[in-house]
Amino acid sequence: MKKFLAIVLALTMVLALAACGANTEKQPSADNGDAPVDAAGMADLKVGFIFLHDENSTYDLNFLNAAKACCAALGLNEDQFIFRTNIPEGQECYEAAADLADAGCSIIFADSFGHEDYMIQAAKEFPEVQFCHATGTKAHTEGLDNYHNAFASIYEGRYLAGIAAGMKLNEMIENGEFTAEEAKIGYVGAYTYAEVISGYTSFFLGARSVCPTATMEVTFTGSWYDETAEKEAANKLIANGCKLISQHADSMGAPTACETAGVPNVSYNGSTVSACPNTFIVSSRIDWAPYYEYVIKAVAAGEAIDADWTGTLATGSVVLTEINEAAAAAGTAEAIEAAKAELEAGTLHVFDTANFTVSVIDAENFVNANATTDADNRLTSYMADVDTDPAYTGDTEAVVDGHFSESAFRSAPYFDLQIDGITLLDTKL
Amino acid sequence: MNEKVKEPLIRISKRAGLPVWKAWLIRVAAIIIALIVCATVTTLMTGENPLQVYSTMLYGAFGTPRKIWMLCQCLAILLCISLAVTPAFKMRFWNIGAEGQVLMGGLATAACMILLGDALPNWLLIIVMLAASLLAGAIWAFIPAFFKAKWNTNETLFTLMMNYVATQLVAFFVILWEVPKGAGKIGIINQSTMAGWLPVIGGQKYLLNIIVVAALTIGMYIYLNYSKHGYEITVVGESERTARYIGINVRKVIIRTLLLSGAVCGLAGLLLVGGTDHTITTTIAGGRGFTAVMVSWLAKFNPIFMILTSFLLVFLDRGASEISTVFGLNHSFGDILSGIILFFIIGCEFFVSYQIHLRKNAGKED
Repeated sequence: MKKFLAIVLALTMVLALAACGANTEKQPSADNGDAPVDAAGMADLKVGFIFLHDENSTYDLNFLNAAKACCAALGLNEDQFIFRTNIPEGQECYEAAADLADAGCSIIFADSFGHEDYMIQAAKEFPEVQFCHATGTKAHTEGLDNYHNAFASIYEGRYLAGIAAGMKLNEMIENGEFTAEEAKIGYVGAYTYAEVISGYTSFFLGARSVCPTATMEVTFTGSWYDETAEKEAANKLIANGCKLISQHADSMGAPTACETAGVPNVSYNGSTVSACPNTFIVSSRIDWAPYYEYVIKAVAAGEAIDADWTGTLATGSVVLTEINEAAAAAGTAEAIEAAKAELEAGTLHVFDTANFTVSVIDAENFVNANATTDADNRLTSYMADVDTDPAYTGDTEAVVDGHFSESAFRSAPYFDLQIDGITLLDTKL
Repeated sequence: MNEKVKEPLIRISKRAGLPVWKAWLIRVAAIIIALIVCATVTTLMTGENPLQVYSTMLYGAFGTPRKIWMLCQCLAILLCISLAVTPAFKMRFWNIGAEGQVLMGGLATAACMILLGDALPNWLLIIVMLAASLLAGAIWAFIPAFFKAKWNTNETLFTLMMNYVATQLVAFFVILWEVPKGAGKIGIINQSTMAGWLPVIGGQKYLLNIIVVAALTIGMYIYLNYSKHGYEITVVGESERTARYIGINVRKVIIRTLLLSGAVCGLAGLLLVGGTDHTITTTIAGGRGFTAVMVSWLAKFNPIFMILTSFLLVFLDRGASEISTVFGLNHSFGDILSGIILFFIIGCEFFVSYQIHLRKNAGKED
């Protein structure tokens, strides 16, 4: 009883302190006179953002920056947005979403693939709140009016970054650092998941479009964020003879390993030039601000949001960071611009079936099981698993007009073929 | 020889018996000092008004009905795990493997939900889940207990190592059952059919867990204080030799108590996986298997006081997370505040148990 009394006393004291705190805070709140409110609904809108990690993760930093930029551009004041960082991919995500809904948010964004089920759970409970989940796959089949997915055609950005990598390899070959046959790229991936496979394949195709002898080795860490594992993976690839490294995992592990070893690095999610001034070439990233703006404006105006939204080069969602001239090969910017113009014009397709071959089809081990190829090992048909189900059943023909049509049937990538020229050192299925 | 013994500047002696009110005075003083230190650190490091930080902490814990429910849920789970480790601790068996035992209970629950979700009617599935989770937790605790009883192995290391084995097992099965392929996540199990989800009482999804743990708390209190088993545990904890002398089968008591300890951890796994989260990840126990050690110790192994100590820890954690959100600070800042408060609370127990004497006649002679 006495212990209880003591706790009550302690609490009372804290409460008393809190009451004082609340009193001192009663000042006239922010002057939002200069806020450019362009829609009637914008002023009483509140937006919640859920992030898997915080600014220490390059992936989440990219989302955080976009959210801040978008809120500033739309003139939302500080009371109109809430950031929740370090929300794991579990029940905590549902709780954070419900908490944000309680706090009066009418739009809630989440940034990580594993948040999806919990966002759906929250969406069912709060039908009047819009739940927008980046990188997810289920919105187009879930049939909820207030649950939405978004992604961007980042494979195009990866392809362009790959061109920078290929140019760098060419430069090193010309300088006599190694022979054309030794032009091997190393790639640190998180999981053997379509998003990663699509990313490294498009990167590789970009590199090979300028450096035809390029090959690639890929290793997986089994985690989206594991600094030690990513660093070790990069070091292993460098020891294997890889001349250039890129990565699809979210820590600074691979870029810093490259800087230490003096191996050029093509980054992802944002520029790592400040930590890696000698080895960072360029980075592709998704700019989420256009999506955030699209959703917030639509809700403010009372309009419907797409269930599944794909950002492109044209929407400004797929971007490259500034090229680090200290590390990049001469003429990189021009080569990227030329390819970008072709991609935008539709005269160039990243996954053009003429640009790659698929020689291993092993249905038993789920390797390219849904693919059909011709005598030259060119892809003629591929049933992609667009509608997520536990058995990974192929449900949609993805080969259209001579190219694999990525991010067309749903925003999240579904290219999961293993093409020739890329060696997987391990798989984290 | 010089008879004089040099008296040290500071001498520490064990207190003979401190009046209870005095002990509590020390504790309250510790909390006050902790809050003052926290306020100073906050102001110096962030420039935020410390009073506002405290009110935010309170809001984070009690601000909305949902936050209060969440607080109760977190409290229930932490308390459940703390109750689980207590009988072992009271016996001086250092079971720091609660994390692994909870994971195994959760894994068994998830396995039943995934593999039998379509095969069994819901009521039967839940019974199977209950049995499987209790058994899985109990087995995970039985292994180190058996080795301890048979060959007197070091249970601290053994139970600790079992945690890593459990984590790796869960990681393996997550990869086996992941949806979609390559994602490394199971996601919500049976989201459409809700097969194996524990029933929701009165529309409140956390209420069942809270009721179960409340009943468990009372049960554990009675078990430890008024049952023959509880008495045996206390005697074995005080002195194994005495226990043997008065005819207690020490091996049997160790194994029996650890089976109970593990089974209750398994139950916590069931409540987490079947009751609220409906998924299994390697981090589902979230370090609570270790926090439980502190809860149990701070409460001096008394289940009723453990409600207060686990409340304190959960309150600090929820409050800290609110601070990081509202002030845009890193979550680590909340952890710093929790750390300061815990430092003082744990530290004050030293002053409750011991007395400090300063040398009075320093420099009088020579």
